[in-house]
Amino acid sequence: MDKFHSLKGIAAPLPIVNIDTDMIIPKQFLKTIKRTGLGVSLFYEMRYDNDGNLIKDFVLNTSPFDQSKILVAGDNFGCGSSREHAPWSLKDFGIRSVISTSFADIFYNNCFQNGILPIVVSPENLDRLMTAAKNQIEFTIDLPEQIIKAGNHSINFEIEEFRKERLLQGLDDIGITLGYQDKINAYEEDKKNTKPWLFKKN
Amino acid sequence: MSNQGPKTLFDKIWSEHLVGQREDGTNLLYIDRHLVHEVTSPQAFEGLKLSNRPVHRPEATIAVADHNVPTINRQNIEDPQSKIQVDTLAKNTKEHGIQYFDLMDQRQGIVHIIGPEQGITQPGMTIVCGDSHTSTHGAFGALAFGIGTSEVEHVLATQTIVQNPAKNMRISVNGELPFGVNSKDLILYIIGKIGTAGGTGHVIEYAGSSIMGLSMEGRMTICNMSIEAGARAGLISPDQTTFNYIKGRPYAPGTEHWDQAVEYWSSLPSDNDANYDHEIVIDSSEIDPMVTWGTSPEDVVSVKGTVPNPSSAKTENKKKSIERSLEYMGLKPGTKITDIKLDKIFIGSCTNGRIEDLRKVASIVKDKKIASHVQAMIVPGSGLVKKQAEEEGIDIILKDAGFEWREAGCSMCLGMNPDQLKPGERCASTSNRNFEGRQGRGGRTHLMSPELAAASAITGNISDIRDFT
Repeated sequence: MDKFHSLKGIAAPLPIVNIDTDMIIPKQFLKTIKRTGLGVSLFYEMRYDNDGNLIKDFVLNTSPFDQSKILVAGDNFGCGSSREHAPWSLKDFGIRSVISTSFADIFYNNCFQNGILPIVVSPENLDRLMTAAKNQIEFTIDLPEQIIKAGNHSINFEIEEFRKERLLQGLDDIGITLGYQDKINAYEEDKKNTKPWLFKKN
Repeated sequence: MSNQGPKTLFDKIWSEHLVGQREDGTNLLYIDRHLVHEVTSPQAFEGLKLSNRPVHRPEATIAVADHNVPTINRQNIEDPQSKIQVDTLAKNTKEHGIQYFDLMDQRQGIVHIIGPEQGITQPGMTIVCGDSHTSTHGAFGALAFGIGTSEVEHVLATQTIVQNPAKNMRISVNGELPFGVNSKDLILYIIGKIGTAGGTGHVIEYAGSSIMGLSMEGRMTICNMSIEAGARAGLISPDQTTFNYIKGRPYAPGTEHWDQAVEYWSSLPSDNDANYDHEIVIDSSEIDPMVTWGTSPEDVVSVKGTVPNPSSAKTENKKKSIERSLEYMGLKPGTKITDIKLDKIFIGSCTNGRIEDLRKVASIVKDKKIASHVQAMIVPGSGLVKKQAEEEGIDIILKDAGFEWREAGCSMCLGMNPDQLKPGERCASTSNRNFEGRQGRGGRTHLMSPELAAASAITGNISDIRDFT
């Protein structure tokens, strides 16, 4: 997985609440069997008209926001389906961090599997960062220090230690868990005896 | 969470499945059953291949294609991309020795319908699937939640998942349900009350006499939409209704283990004095048949109500959100819900595609015709639901009324297959999401119960089942 240490760049303001995963990447793009190539379809229905032409005033279609590495969005970002295509499409577009007041659980988790940092801030700080984003002020996100800097704002954020470490080191989660193979096998042996119906063969 | 003291249903399942703690402080939770479908699994299997990892316990995984599949002429999937996904699932499951119900198998259907139907879903289990509506299985007192594709790969490789415990929330609904009100109305009402982020970080346990009085089908509808309230999972205590449903199903415990299993299942309900981080109590007499007017499942109102006015919103954000929804939905504030004219009716999905739902619809539309301006479609949740309905003559009643009778799949709930709304079309839908573009670009979705959708098909307007004779 790609590491995440710090990030500097323009942030796109998307002041809409409850941005769901259908909005982030609509269903017709879920038919892929690959993880890449979805960036062009990110926010498809907001970005393109019925004929597939760019909608000029949508933020990610305007300069300099078409080069955004960060998204500042309204409450409850990423609600809806479990599709990991949502973070895949954000990442493929170039977004490495999303800032909101809250995230849906599955989306939040999926971000960390893909080297994307979702950051939770207070509603007041979101307002400040939204304004800074609109004014095209460059953002700096420092993960080790857990700070977002934008103009004269300096905002601390919380992140669980294990998630932070995984991003900083770009760790392979499955590799780590396979180190506990013996424990998993022992667990299964125990349950075969105590709950044999769970191991019924069909 | 301590090992001593009273425990919730969630606490009990959690501690029973804890394999251990990793050095980074995270918990490894054992997964009893893994359900896999064609859309969120190809990249996971590809990941295993790239790192040369086997599937840890192939017999704990069951696969089916449901999201992409056509509901007519299914011998031939016309969309080449959909066909590749379905073929890829067949190939991957064969390669790893995973049970796969193919499109011609009568057991094929929506993954969350067939789990319970086959007896795969059982109390006390942990169940995951690369689909957010995995919460459905919580109706059996199983801890069941949706995961992303990276986690699908993790479960295939290790039969565990990395998790930290959720918080406990209990929503109790008490009293006899008023006439015309059923499980779909209950859950829509709950989502309207707590909001689409109300359950974030929590597992919601539904309790109270209204909930425990529901059939398994009704309980599944409730737990199914827990994700629409932002919850990680929904749970209902297993009881005799649960055990009766499971007994005798193909994957259920056999007679040699049945008593032992029931004894364990009976120990699962939350202890009387268990603690919840959050509690909500609802009196069912306050609930009407419910309908969504907007583009979020929390945008819900009584069928007797009107489209809200943005100026009545409490916050600026909410006001903007209502304005945006009304523009998308093509609705004016103050419009009576029952004055909203429909173009399409969709009955089906993992929320309301079970035999009980189809029976209700049939009882309402029997000897009637759908309105001349609507197109109505009914998609059974599985091949076996379809077969059962045909044995009962339900298909004839529905076809006589003017409904299209389809093959099983997710269909227009998310419109990945050809079943979609056209821009501006308005649909009464028994599914679970009314997001912008969900059922087709520019399509307008009103979520409701099968009863309301059936009545609305006949009148052509959104209709209150209580006025319908």
